[in-house]
Amino acid sequence: MTIVIKGGSIVGATGVTNADVLIDGDRIVEVGQGLRGDESLDAQGCHVFPGFVDLHTHLREPGREEAETIETGSRAAALGGYTAVVAMPNTNPAQDSVAVVKFVRDQGVRAGLCDVFPSGCITVAREGKVLAPFADLTAVGVRVFTDDGNGVQDPALMRRALEYARTLGVTMAQHCEVQDLTRHAVMDECACSSDLGLPGWPAIAEEMMVSRDIELCRLTGGRLHVLHVSTRGSVELVRQAKRDGLPVTAEVTPHHLALDHELLRSFDPVYKVNPPLRSMEDVLALRQGLVDGTIDAIATDHAPHPPRDKELPLDQAPPGMLGLEYALGVVNSVVDVTPSRLAEVFSINPARIAQIGDRHGAGAVVGAPANLSVVDLAATWRAEDHRSASLSRNVPYRGRSLRGKVRHTILYGRAVVRDGEAMR
Amino acid sequence: MRHVRSISELGRDRILGLLNLADRMAEINSRPVPKVPALRGRTVVSLFYEDSTRTRLSFETAARRLSADTMNFSVSSSSVNKGESLRDTVETITDMGVDAFVVRHKSAGVPWQIAQWTTAAVINAGDGAHQHPTQALLDAYTITRSRNSQDLAGLRVAIVGDIRHSRVARSNVEAFTALGAEVLLVAPPTLLPPVVSHWPVEVVHDFDSVVDSVDVLYMLRLQAERMNQGLVPSLAEYSTHYGLTPRRVARMSVDAQVMHPGPMNRGVEMVVDPAEIRGSLIHRQVTNGVAVRMAVLFDSLAVEPDHSALREEAR
Repeated sequence: MTIVIKGGSIVGATGVTNADVLIDGDRIVEVGQGLRGDESLDAQGCHVFPGFVDLHTHLREPGREEAETIETGSRAAALGGYTAVVAMPNTNPAQDSVAVVKFVRDQGVRAGLCDVFPSGCITVAREGKVLAPFADLTAVGVRVFTDDGNGVQDPALMRRALEYARTLGVTMAQHCEVQDLTRHAVMDECACSSDLGLPGWPAIAEEMMVSRDIELCRLTGGRLHVLHVSTRGSVELVRQAKRDGLPVTAEVTPHHLALDHELLRSFDPVYKVNPPLRSMEDVLALRQGLVDGTIDAIATDHAPHPPRDKELPLDQAPPGMLGLEYALGVVNSVVDVTPSRLAEVFSINPARIAQIGDRHGAGAVVGAPANLSVVDLAATWRAEDHRSASLSRNVPYRGRSLRGKVRHTILYGRAVVRDGEAMR
Repeated sequence: MRHVRSISELGRDRILGLLNLADRMAEINSRPVPKVPALRGRTVVSLFYEDSTRTRLSFETAARRLSADTMNFSVSSSSVNKGESLRDTVETITDMGVDAFVVRHKSAGVPWQIAQWTTAAVINAGDGAHQHPTQALLDAYTITRSRNSQDLAGLRVAIVGDIRHSRVARSNVEAFTALGAEVLLVAPPTLLPPVVSHWPVEVVHDFDSVVDSVDVLYMLRLQAERMNQGLVPSLAEYSTHYGLTPRRVARMSVDAQVMHPGPMNRGVEMVVDPAEIRGSLIHRQVTNGVAVRMAVLFDSLAVEPDHSALREEAR
């Protein structure tokens, strides 16, 4: 069976062209004018992007299926235009064994809404003590390792992890937080936290570890990916590391590009996240880093929590926000970039970092797997009017107008989202 | 129905109004039968998630002198121990038909969260290190009335000690400056909030450099755990540099006053016996606490504030 995507503007790394896309089975077979297929997807007024790739998704299964399952998280991903997500390993049990990694991947296949690539832990049970079985996990396809939620505190352990990363050709993705500097922290350390009497999470706690790991990367040659960069200083450190030619990449979340720490004055735990929302000065530096190429990728850090957890007092509520269904609309609303740059940061670069470029990130190219995201970049919508497919409701964008909405998502030739509705 | 959650939410005019109302309450408290029917039929619930016998008793005394019914929600013997959430607790008590929650919680912001879940007035009796507005009101009342004035214009007030962890300090900075005082914060850098450059205060690290030039010394309690957190090297050193010692008392100007929100740490921030300090307002703070809390409850709960109800005696 063939499907044709009609009337869209095809986005690649180098530019935009108007053409139809013909898909046969799971592959793209023709790109051109006036194409016909058994079925047709209307892309009039839309851009046809390579399917989005999220380097940072918390699917919560196994262990916290009340907050999210691999199926519901995959559905949210598909609705957000994602054809692939890298599942974070802070599950219960953690993704530190071949068995758990295979379970997560199989559940992703069963859901059939996007590719689920499990990350592996850097240390056993994310405890920061003993290295996880890198070689075993690499052998079953894991390419990104992280203890996300925890930074690896011990510099000797991180050095060894990066040495393994170099020999195995995989990436160590660090949650940069020196925990001795963030004990009991609730929000950014700033004038606002001082007024509210809340323990602060200072920028230096992130920047010290970014700096340390860049130096360990220089020493070992192991690939380093900096998760959810949140401060101006971190952007500058990554910028310099790239100038030095080091194998360092970095991601930023939609919420760190859009929201600032003043929102915590409402005491609404929906705005609590780790790393915390920062100052407008940091927000502007992150946007600049995204525009000038210092930051490689948008990553959602989609972190579902059930409502009762987000009704706890601010200092007790768990950190995290939903992101998958909102990322494109949020980023497109706050950063002025070309569709080609959006394709890079939402798909091409994260696919390269996750080493899944054979399946994702190519876009509408003849012969490539048909993983595409059809987006109306001009459509405006309100976050509160959207009924999320996630099991959780911790959306920090209420009251905001978002520009850019996903119309269709095509996974290996199948429209898993059609006209903004999930097909399964 | 009006919330009292922070001093900044009140603003200068409402602060002055409450202090004037407290004068009338103080008059009631001086009667042989210190009780009026002003809030008869109204129900006030104390919701204290953190122990504070003195603040709770002060509020309950205030409510009863206005003839309100009081309920005391005791966290230790309640459904909270069975895992009930804050929201469920608040919604359940609201369903019983209460008019005000007096809330004390170790977490900043809880009064704002509770206000989303209830139609009752929310009165903040202390949230984390954030705010304690009735303490600031009673402190402002105590200073002004001891000097027969309406506001604090022209006064130099030093708040000394653990500002960083103090809801009393945050509320008092806002209240004292709103009423025209010049406020000094006296503390080592580790006991100050990380950023205070935007506060309308002067920061001083050397207590001795200001002790002879202030009108009011407001001493804060230093908890022993601050030493374990490494914020002060030792209690003895803190006491030497930031405690109120007999030597410092001797250097104070003759009409300077000393305050403390209690409970005091004798031998730490209070190295002198407060009974030995001529200008001590510490007992008056406690007495005035009842009148000020009566004013807050009356202002928040009276449907059409009917001041005639303050004249008659409760039967």
